[in-house]
Amino acid sequence: MTDVRAVPPGLAGAPGAAAEPGAPGPAAPAATSHGAASPVGAGQALAVSTTGLTKRFRGGQVAVDHIDLAVPRGSVYGFLGPNGSGKTTTIRMLLGLAFPTSGQAELLGVPIPEGVVRVLPHVGSLIEGPAFYPFLNGRDNLARCDAADRTADPRTAADRINTALDRVGLLAAAGKRYRNYSLGMKQRLAIAAGLLTPRQLIILDEPTNGLDPQGTREVRGLIREIAADGITVFVSSHLLAEVEQVCSHVGVMRTGRLVFQGPLEELRRTGAARIRIETTDPAAAADVLQKIGLPDPRIAGDEVTAPLTDFSPERICADLVHAGIGVRGLGVVTPSLEELFVGLTGEGFDVDG
Amino acid sequence: MAEAAVIESPAGPGPHPGRVPVGHARAWLRFFRSELRQVFLRRRNQMLLGVAALFPILIGVGLRLASHPRGGGGGGGGLSFVTELTGNGIFLSFIALTILLTLVMPVVVAVVAGDSIAGEAGYGTLRYLLAVPAGRTRLLAVKYSVIVVFALAVTFVVTGVALAIGAVLFPIGPVTLLSGTTVSLAEGILRLVFVSLYVAAAMASLGAIGLAISTLTEHAIGAIAALAIFVVASEVADQVPQFAVIQPYLPTHWWNSFDSLLRVPVDSSTLLKGLLSFAVYLVIFGSFAWARFTTADVTS
Repeated sequence: MTDVRAVPPGLAGAPGAAAEPGAPGPAAPAATSHGAASPVGAGQALAVSTTGLTKRFRGGQVAVDHIDLAVPRGSVYGFLGPNGSGKTTTIRMLLGLAFPTSGQAELLGVPIPEGVVRVLPHVGSLIEGPAFYPFLNGRDNLARCDAADRTADPRTAADRINTALDRVGLLAAAGKRYRNYSLGMKQRLAIAAGLLTPRQLIILDEPTNGLDPQGTREVRGLIREIAADGITVFVSSHLLAEVEQVCSHVGVMRTGRLVFQGPLEELRRTGAARIRIETTDPAAAADVLQKIGLPDPRIAGDEVTAPLTDFSPERICADLVHAGIGVRGLGVVTPSLEELFVGLTGEGFDVDG
Repeated sequence: MAEAAVIESPAGPGPHPGRVPVGHARAWLRFFRSELRQVFLRRRNQMLLGVAALFPILIGVGLRLASHPRGGGGGGGGLSFVTELTGNGIFLSFIALTILLTLVMPVVVAVVAGDSIAGEAGYGTLRYLLAVPAGRTRLLAVKYSVIVVFALAVTFVVTGVALAIGAVLFPIGPVTLLSGTTVSLAEGILRLVFVSLYVAAAMASLGAIGLAISTLTEHAIGAIAALAIFVVASEVADQVPQFAVIQPYLPTHWWNSFDSLLRVPVDSSTLLKGLLSFAVYLVIFGSFAWARFTTADVTS
C-alpha cells in the first residue's frame, strides 16, 4: 500500500486550520455536509485534533505511533482498526487517563492532558466497556457519577438522571442492581452516564462489543439520535460493518498508526475499479490489456483482472474481440468498503508483538 | 482564547440546563457526601463496624465472668487497666482499645483504605470517575476524607459500645486515673473522648499509608493484605529489643500512648511525639499517594 497516511486535504490535521474559525479554506468541505447541525459557532472546526500523538509503554512497545487525528465538529467519526491497533490507548490519552509519550492533543480546542478537568464536563464517554458498582442499582450508579461532576447542578440531578435513563430505555430497570443487568443494559447504562449533562462530544469505545445484533442496532440508533442533536460522536470499533451506516468520517488504525483518515466517501473512492474478464485464453487477453495500456493485468484461472483507470469497459471489450479473443464474460468490480478496510488493516491477527 | 469560546459558548441556543457553575466547596461536599454514603451504606463496611462493636461486648462479658466470682483469676495480665475495671466500668473502653488496636481496628481501617483507589480500579469505575472528570487530586482528597471519617467511626464505635457495656456490667462512678488521682465521671468521659480522638488520629495516619498502597494496584485485597502485614511487621519490630533504636519511628509505636491522657498532669510530651509521628506518616504517604496517582496512567 502506498502512503495513505497523507491526510485528505479537507482534514489536514494542521493545528493552523483548526484555529481559524470558519476558514473558507480546506477545512470547509469537511464541515459543510454535516455542518448544518454542528454547533461550531465561534469555536473551531475540530472536536478532536492530535499531532504526532505517541504512546510508548514501559516495555518499549509503541502502542500509538505519531497519529494526527482530525475529527470535524458535528461529524460521526468511526475510529476503526483491529483489536490491539491502539484505538483504546488513543482514547485513554484523549480522556486524560493515560499520558502521551510525545505529541499534542486537543479536545474541543482545549489542550490535553493539561485542560482535562476544564473540557471533560463537555465530553461524554464510554471507555473499554461499561463499569459500575455491582451492588448499586442503575439510578444510584448514575447519581454517583453525577455527584463526582463539579459542574453538574445538584438541583436538577434527579431529572437529568431520569431523562438519561429514559433515553437509553432503562427507566423501568433503574431500580435493579447493576449486577443483574444484561450486557446490553450495562452498555446502555454507560451511554446514559455519558448523557447526564449536555455534551459537545461523545466518545464511545467499542459500544457494540459483545452485543447481539438487536443490541448493536439499538446502539446505532442511539448514535444517530445523539448526532442529530449536533453532538460530535467519536466511536471506535474493530468492525467496519457495525459503524459504517452511521459514520460520516473514518480513521483507520493499523498497529499504532493512522493509515487512513477522511470522509467515508473518500475511503470509498480509494477503491479503484477493476475490469474483470472471463476468457478461454487468459494469457493472450492479458497481453492485449497490456498493449492497450492497462497497468499490471493479473491472471487467476480463466480470469484476467486489471485496474480500469480511465478506460471504458466497452472499448476494452471491443479491443479484445478485435484481437480474436473469446470473451465469455466481462465486468467492472469495485471493492466493497469492507474489502478496502481489510486491505488497510490487514487480514486476521497481524498485531505485531 | 479558543478554549474560552468552547466552555462559554453554549452548544445550542440558550444556556445549558444541567450545567450551572456550582460553588467549589459545595460541589466538593456533594462528592464527599456521595462517597460517604457509598462507604457507610456498603454492607461489608457495616459488618466490619459491627464486628468492631462485638469485641468490647465479648471482652466485657469475659472479664466480668473471670473477675467477679473468684477475685484472683482475671486480674494481672500485664494490662494495668484490667485491675481498675472491677472498680469502674469506664476502663472497659481503654481495655477494648488496647486489645483491638493490635489487629482488629487496623484491619477494619485497612479494608476501607486499601479498597479506596484499588477497589475503584478493580471495578473499572476509576476510569469513569476520572472521565467525569472527578479530578485526580480532588478524588484522592475525597477518598482520604472518607477514610478519616471511617477511622473516627470505628474508634467511637469501640469506645462507645465499651462504655455502655462497662456501665452495665461494672460499677461506674468517679474515675481513679493511672497516676492515682481521682476525677469525676464527667471528666473521665471527657478524657475518654480525647483518648478516642488520639486513637482515631493514629488510625487516620494508618489510612494514609493504606491510601498510598491502594494507588499502586487494582487488586483491593492485595492492598488490604499489604497494609495488614505492614502493621503486624511494625508491631513485631516494636517488640524486639534489638530494634530499640528505630522503635520510636515505627508507625505503630505510639498507638498505645493514649494512656498519657489518663494521668495528672497529662504526659503531653509523649502525646505530642505520638501525634507528630502520625502527622509525619500522613505527610509522607499522602504525598506519595498524590505523586503517584496524579502521574500514573490508569490502565484498569
